[in-house]
Amino acid sequence: MSDAPFVARDRAWHPPALSPAYRTSVSRSPRHAPISFPQTLSETTGPVFGHDLPGPRDNDLIHNFAAPGAAAIGPRIIVHGRVTEETGRPVPGALLEVWQANAGGRYRHRKEGYIAPLDPNFGGCGRVITDADGAYHLRTVQPGAYPWPNGGNDWRPAHIHFSVFGSGFGQRLITQMYFEGDPLIWRCPILQAIPSEAAVKTLIATLDMRASVPMDCLAYRFDIVLRGRRQTLFENRMEGG
Amino acid sequence: MSGAADRPADLKESPSQTAGPYVHIGCLPNHAGLGGPWAEDLGARPFADDAPGTRVVVTGCLLDGTGTPLRDAMVEIWQADAAGRYAGGGAAGFARRASDAETGLWRLETIKPGAVPGPDGRIQAPHLTLWIVARGINLGLHTRMYFPDETAANAADPVLGRIEQTARARTLVAEARGDGVYHFDIHLQGEKETVFFDV
Ligand SMILES: [Fe+3]
Repeated sequence: MSDAPFVARDRAWHPPALSPAYRTSVSRSPRHAPISFPQTLSETTGPVFGHDLPGPRDNDLIHNFAAPGAAAIGPRIIVHGRVTEETGRPVPGALLEVWQANAGGRYRHRKEGYIAPLDPNFGGCGRVITDADGAYHLRTVQPGAYPWPNGGNDWRPAHIHFSVFGSGFGQRLITQMYFEGDPLIWRCPILQAIPSEAAVKTLIATLDMRASVPMDCLAYRFDIVLRGRRQTLFENRMEGG
Repeated sequence: MSGAADRPADLKESPSQTAGPYVHIGCLPNHAGLGGPWAEDLGARPFADDAPGTRVVVTGCLLDGTGTPLRDAMVEIWQADAAGRYAGGGAAGFARRASDAETGLWRLETIKPGAVPGPDGRIQAPHLTLWIVARGINLGLHTRMYFPDETAANAADPVLGRIEQTARARTLVAEARGDGVYHFDIHLQGEKETVFFDV
């Protein structure tokens, strides 16, 4: 495993801390500029989770909280893709943890008050570790859109939350995956806090008929990109030679 | 549209999005009361019970610009062992904590990290690295916690030394509460705003 420093993060590509249309950010955004310093082992290393961590059904949200013989209600989908660094290099062994609302738009959480019903066979979370090629796949139900207290009538587009552990703590990332064709994407203050339309589009999973299973489920493709590491001269020569 | 395999190797990092109010469902499902298939949440214990070192307790709160504790946040901790080494290919030294749903407090039992090698042969004072996510935080916040009883090491620390406004460097030093207990409040805004890093 490389301990080479990460390439500087392009903070202008990410949503700014203070995004007033997303009201909670107003009191939770630091006002000082973050301070940079040359990365140390504290940033270039990070926890590594083994392939034995996830259980056999951890990447199957249709069944991982369901009673024996039962399944979650909703449109059945596969979500798959690859995790790479900005250099295009795959990130094997990355831990992805996901969570989402059920097909009606309701989370299984004690503070959640939306009137849509809970699904007794759906927990709404799972996890998977990327293979040697950086690839992963999950099976779940398509989450519903849900209303949230922000403006007078704000609705989150259907989304799946992704937490990603790459190969160093400085790469740590949490983001959200959206679905191609959802008109709520362009009305969401959280998503619209991202400055560029090009950046927003990288969070929209595309329908992937090739990976769908006839008479079973549709598939969506969602690739994730983590910060790259600076290559040392030695590594360049290894790859170039 | 081209697939990942045939895109040029000059990609942009996936943009961050807030962890939202339900991050505990995904990252701390047992804490969230889901009663799922997992015996223990990830990061429940940063070190094995028999790991060498001085046992310490770290408590803390995250406070917003109005001084209100965050009760829906998640704090991740990454630290070296007592000898100043990071886990090589393992998860020792990693911990995850939730803000308490009533008080906003989090609490970590760990071992005090040793000094860690820094850039140019310099030594970093013992510290914890913290990463904070919550509703209303668009990009996870990196910060560090240093120990108040390491005055000389802190004075020589290369990262603390980067902070030009020395009064702000004090926001990274925990408060000693005796018996190995340290308290570390993180202020997201205001006069006592904690120093956050662009690592
Ligand atoms: Fe959500």
